[in-house]
Amino acid sequence: MPVLVMKSIRLSALAATCLAMLGAVPALAAGGGSAMSDHAGNDVGNVASLQRGARNFVNYCLGCHSAQYVRYNRLAQDLQISEQQLIDNLMFAAEKPTETMRISMRPADAERWFGVAPPDLSLIARSKGVDYVYNFLRGFYVDPSRATGVNNVMLQNAAMPHVLWELQGEQQAVFEDVNVGEGMTQKVFKEFQATSPGQLSPEEYDQFVRDTVNFLDYVAEPMQLERQRLGIGVLAFLLVFGILAYLLKQEIWKDVK
Amino acid sequence: MSDEANLSRRHFLTVATSVAGGVGVVITATPFVASFKPSARAQALGGPVQVDIGKLEEGAMVRVVWRGRPVWVLRRSADMVARLKAMPDSLFKDAASEISLQPAFAKNQVRALKDDVLVVEGVCTHLGCAPTERFAPADPELGADWAGGFYCPCHGSRFDLAGRVLAGTSPAPTNLPVPPYRFVGDNLVLIGEDTGGAA
Amino acid sequence: MNSARTEAAAPTSRFDRLIDWIDERFPLTSMIKEHATEYYAAKNFNVWYVFGVLAIVVLVIQLITGIFLTMNYKPSAEDAFASVEYIMRDVEWGWLIRYMHSTGASAFFIVVYLHMFRALMYGSYKNPRELLWIIGVLIYLALMAEAFMGYLLPWGQMSYWGAQVIVSLFGAVPGIGEGLVEWIRGDYFISDITLNRFFALHVVAVPLALILLVVMHILALHETGSLNPDGVEIKERKDSRGIPLDGIAFHPYYTSKDLVAIIVFLALFSAVMFFAPEMGGYFLEHANFEPSNPLKTPEYIAPVWYFTPFYAILRSVPSKAWGAFLMLAAIVLLFFLPWLDRCRVKSIRYRGWTFKAAIATFVVSFIALGYLGLQPATEKVYVYAARVFTVLYFLFFLAMPFYTRAEKTKPVPERVVYQHGE
Repeated sequence: MPVLVMKSIRLSALAATCLAMLGAVPALAAGGGSAMSDHAGNDVGNVASLQRGARNFVNYCLGCHSAQYVRYNRLAQDLQISEQQLIDNLMFAAEKPTETMRISMRPADAERWFGVAPPDLSLIARSKGVDYVYNFLRGFYVDPSRATGVNNVMLQNAAMPHVLWELQGEQQAVFEDVNVGEGMTQKVFKEFQATSPGQLSPEEYDQFVRDTVNFLDYVAEPMQLERQRLGIGVLAFLLVFGILAYLLKQEIWKDVK
Repeated sequence: MSDEANLSRRHFLTVATSVAGGVGVVITATPFVASFKPSARAQALGGPVQVDIGKLEEGAMVRVVWRGRPVWVLRRSADMVARLKAMPDSLFKDAASEISLQPAFAKNQVRALKDDVLVVEGVCTHLGCAPTERFAPADPELGADWAGGFYCPCHGSRFDLAGRVLAGTSPAPTNLPVPPYRFVGDNLVLIGEDTGGAA
Repeated sequence: MNSARTEAAAPTSRFDRLIDWIDERFPLTSMIKEHATEYYAAKNFNVWYVFGVLAIVVLVIQLITGIFLTMNYKPSAEDAFASVEYIMRDVEWGWLIRYMHSTGASAFFIVVYLHMFRALMYGSYKNPRELLWIIGVLIYLALMAEAFMGYLLPWGQMSYWGAQVIVSLFGAVPGIGEGLVEWIRGDYFISDITLNRFFALHVVAVPLALILLVVMHILALHETGSLNPDGVEIKERKDSRGIPLDGIAFHPYYTSKDLVAIIVFLALFSAVMFFAPEMGGYFLEHANFEPSNPLKTPEYIAPVWYFTPFYAILRSVPSKAWGAFLMLAAIVLLFFLPWLDRCRVKSIRYRGWTFKAAIATFVVSFIALGYLGLQPATEKVYVYAARVFTVLYFLFFLAMPFYTRAEKTKPVPERVVYQHGE
């Protein structure tokens, strides 16, 4: 009987922990953007996608955003790019492959121009989450009241202009009033309506953004594939070690009557 | 299976578990030991240094810093080279650069890729002082037979215009080290990287 | 081998002579005997008894990885965040060392909470182990200080605002509050100066105190002897050689058993470290990957999971002073546990239903508070739930003298219950 009680305490504790974990996940999920909840669905193991993402990043983001912790030569090595390809295609803002992805714009100037300094993007995929960035880059809509001419459903009154508008085209956002109780209503994003097409089809644009987000995911934690590979080896070793130790323990405990 | 203690099995398992544990400790220690190696930033900062010697006059020298060490680039005049080549091997401790540090391509009389350009580290091989320039021959202080070169003020080591240490009063054991370098253009020297021999 | 040496008049091998040479100058053999080969523990330890050893394993992991992190970390507001990324990217294997340390921090609290729960279940805090328990609670306090100050060092948004919130709590001290807060920060806000002193305390002062307390904890344990799941004092029944009848030598029996536990633990540890080092935002919070910004509070602040039960207690009262007081009381009450519990029976196996119900309520409350501490403060339901569980948490301690005094206990066996091959 005591054993049973013990078991049930243990089980209930475990169950409660699991429930607590599950329940808390949505609240903790990175970003918390509510308007769009599409998944990036990127794959950091896809080198071709990372290479395209690197090109997109250098061409469209690196003008204003740095990735100051990322070294070009490390990038080339991980993305299987030769040094010559690196210098020819990606290194517009640096002289040596050992440099990091810095920009020449001074934060103080940037703040004067945009109202807020464009953040460094080295860790954006870890602080905001890949889904947030994926939706953010797809969430611009025409808003003549803004100086940039656009707004974003993921970040109201975003200071960033829609640098990818030529690719995506223009879209309008449709909002609807939702009753939130106590006689108050709130405008909630419903859907986008394309108003003029861009150079890319919607599918191509999503893939373009996915590649870019994939690159940002890699950049946020360049060792993530390596760590998983190593983890498998470590667990395999611990399994063997554990079996030996268990057999030894069983052997030694034969003494205990 | 018997419940009785089986001593040989126990011995085997003790040894096997200990060996596995030892392997585990060594594997775990490896990343910690390796973390002491120069980091990517240190490697970036220690990367090759490019020197433009186009405007360097004959007989003049520039100093650059590579990996925290002073590196001298001296444009030797034809006269300097001639004096250098006239010196007999017997004057030097290591005339053929057998025990000194240099890339394979610099293991010659002028200790350089080109006769007119000397690249050496400006660190005395005795105790690490910086030797001074004494390029003019027959120096009043160093004697009438001085053929020009470097003189270390700390302990009096003497080096010729190829950085070779002179025998006699010099306490320095070896020639001034030559760093790896290569020419990336007629007048551009890249210090810190060589082509691995033939240039 | 040991007995062979004592019987033989002269040392036999070179190794034995070396040991004898040392023993004349340092109590090596006698220490090994006292704490391992002739330290007798009950043979019926169950899985709950591995967490003490695991806590030592984590302590060693934290000390070693901490030393290596210190070699590359820069404790200044200007460089701290970048130096952590430098460790993660530029230092060879730096990421592994950093993840070990960040995973270790959470692992430390997991094993310590389970270790404390074990003590609660089996009455390990009762006479004569009151000091052992009190030293243990002091270790827990030191650990909280260590974790709190360590969390500031990455200098991310959560580091900054977490420290801001917790340090502000000291402002609730009547009379000297504001002065105290300034004294702790050494500045008018959480600044470079605060970071620098937290670094010193985190890497030198608190670890020294921790190590000292752990040594005292083990010495106290070996003085009274380990208890067991039956709550029977094995020292009361000894054989003719003075060895407890139910006791087995710590080495080789528990060393071999603990080794298995350590390997299982390391496997779980590695699984987290290699496959989910952020643990879904619980071990490494997302917002902490953003450099600290004194002008912008993140939308959502929660302490790391191991502090959330106390954070929920703090938030359950709409008064700064009372919230801080309750939070402090929730921890301080632990010290009085040995005297709050009036029941003579130690192990939960032979205790009455009231205690079992109380301990179950306590566990549920603690976990529920931990969950609620992670939730946003805007939902009224959460606030009310936190109040209920706060009351239950305190009732567990404050009502203990009453529900334990007249407890209907079962008879405690004279010897421990153990079946061979268990």
